[in-house]
Amino acid sequence: MNITQQVVNAIWLGGVYSLFALGYALVFSILGVLNLAHSAVFMWGAFIGLVMVTQFSFSVWLAIPVAMLGAGLIGVLLDAVAFAPLRRRNAPRIAQLISSIGAAILLVNIAQLIFGTQPQRFPLGSIPTDTIEGLPFRITPIQIIILLVSVALMALLQYMVIRTRAGQAMRAVAFNQRVASLLGVNVSGIFRMTFFLAGALAGAAGVLYGLAYNSMTPFMGDQVALKGLTVIVLGGMGNIQGAVVGGFVVAALEVFSIANGGSNYRDAFVFTLLFLILLFRPQGLVGQKEHTRA
Amino acid sequence: MKKLLSILMVFALLLPVTATFGQDDTMEQPLVGFWEQCPTPENLPETVNVGAIFGLSEAVAVYGTAQQNAVQLAVDEINASHYLGENSALVVMFEDSAGNRDQAIAAMTKLVEEDGVVAVLGPTLSSEAFAADPVAQENSTVVMGVSNTANGITEMGDYVFRDSLPEGAVIPGTIAQAAEILGLAKVGLFYGNDDDFTVSGYEVFKAALEENGIEILSEETFAKGDVDFNAQLTNLIAAEPDALVVSALAAEATQIILQARALGYEGPIIGGNGFNSPAVLRDTGADSEGLIVGGAWNYGNPNPTESSVQFVEMYEAAYEMSPDQFAAQAYTGAWLMATAIRCADSTDRTAVRDSLAGIADFDSPLGVFSFDEDRNPVHDPIAQIVVDGKFQPLALVMGE
Repeated sequence: MNITQQVVNAIWLGGVYSLFALGYALVFSILGVLNLAHSAVFMWGAFIGLVMVTQFSFSVWLAIPVAMLGAGLIGVLLDAVAFAPLRRRNAPRIAQLISSIGAAILLVNIAQLIFGTQPQRFPLGSIPTDTIEGLPFRITPIQIIILLVSVALMALLQYMVIRTRAGQAMRAVAFNQRVASLLGVNVSGIFRMTFFLAGALAGAAGVLYGLAYNSMTPFMGDQVALKGLTVIVLGGMGNIQGAVVGGFVVAALEVFSIANGGSNYRDAFVFTLLFLILLFRPQGLVGQKEHTRA
Repeated sequence: MKKLLSILMVFALLLPVTATFGQDDTMEQPLVGFWEQCPTPENLPETVNVGAIFGLSEAVAVYGTAQQNAVQLAVDEINASHYLGENSALVVMFEDSAGNRDQAIAAMTKLVEEDGVVAVLGPTLSSEAFAADPVAQENSTVVMGVSNTANGITEMGDYVFRDSLPEGAVIPGTIAQAAEILGLAKVGLFYGNDDDFTVSGYEVFKAALEENGIEILSEETFAKGDVDFNAQLTNLIAAEPDALVVSALAAEATQIILQARALGYEGPIIGGNGFNSPAVLRDTGADSEGLIVGGAWNYGNPNPTESSVQFVEMYEAAYEMSPDQFAAQAYTGAWLMATAIRCADSTDRTAVRDSLAGIADFDSPLGVFSFDEDRNPVHDPIAQIVVDGKFQPLALVMGE
């Protein structure tokens, strides 16, 4: 077994999982609602990036911020259509969850109409895939970029939530909406911003995932949706550092169960861990018992 | 959520098919068909309904769309040339199965029990066929797979046919030739373990490897829909095999080739039927060089039949892309079905079955085609290797 190579495989797969799960965690921590349309926004991020490269001949690097912006706006739209009306009439959270499923199906079907169902790819040669020489393992420039962008975005989000005024306002809303609004925080503005950030993160994850595996279908979100949920449960629902750690844990578990001859059972390993966490450490790997909200 | 999506998609995708029907009533007689062997039928109704279940959405659409195109092309030719008589037209009702067993069963039940079709083409995947074909068998309705290559398909009953060579007929020849020409001694084996097609491919590969005295260094598995194969490939490559032997569908095959090459593997990759598609070559570019696949039909065959040449011309004119093996088999399947109906001169399901089972020495794009007593196809396979981005017949390349 080639351990160095497997560690490399696990680290950059973990980067993608973490980035995807961050958006889930962010929305859950501020609104207390699971946004199941997150995986559809993720898919749209990938396709926006693809269209930028194939139709408008953007470079791959420019496509990433554009995809983030586009997916962020889809996130805001999602809030306006699927969440805000329900919040205004104090609908139960389960209604918001179901409305997000509806939004996901709609988004996937629109993508299906526009892009078809066959796997779409970035044209050969638009992604730097030549292996970097002189290392004890194989890694391509795109894999390094994915890891760097993921880590940078995670750090940026963490800084924003902890250090900035907007971040303080977000945490205040998460702690208590009514008190926050009495103190002059624009609560619906914060919700919009949260959805924008979550959408942008999903878009970044989508376009990076698309670049990494170069196979995009309207259903690509399904592949990561369940993994993403596992990651945020592992990390403690709505815990931002937890989502990052959880992403790497899930990826490492997956890769190393395969590396040790368990390619038949890798999902069993991942979901057994999920089960054990739910039983014995429901606050997640990094969460503390009392206050788990960001 | 996946289930919900699939159900909605059935409705979303039952869109009408672009037909190029009947622009030219005086077209010359197609080269396919029993024009002489069976007289023009006189007792057929105005419309003869045949069902077709193909995967038109999800990953399986790579095959299903080509199949739908090819069947529609054959139907247009059949009707324009009045193959079923002056006043009878063949109508194909397409259903989407999305690569999903339950959806295939639902589609089969609808076609056979509600629409009352004469016979059914499809479904696309072997796993769908194992689920849905019993419905046709129970209702004494012919079902003909045009891409089911898993072993045991026709053992489901005497109404189950296929015109696609089973893996059992293609793989042993491919492995034997590759072993001889490339001098293989040890290989790594990689397969999808949650699909009947890829599992049966794996079993046939394994038996063929053992028969040729080739050592299997390690075995790894993946699941349908996976996109990351780095961990398994790292393991396989670390054992330094002479070749990677892979049983996968096209969507996964593409990723496996790209990722194996990115991990520094330069040796040959021997694939099952799933690798036999222009889409795989287009999407893997230079990484596909050295890919070895056995097939039923090849676009670049140095000695194609006349009907194969005509089929390629018609297909390219209609769809502005080249047909693959799956299109050729679907096209042949539609013609075989029409021929069975023509020769039976009846839409009685049992009469059509008997007529179909009796077809022999049928000149088709696949070559001279017959059904054996188990309703499996008999025609010559062709071993191929990728050179300069094209599937070239192995014999041709090695003969140079």
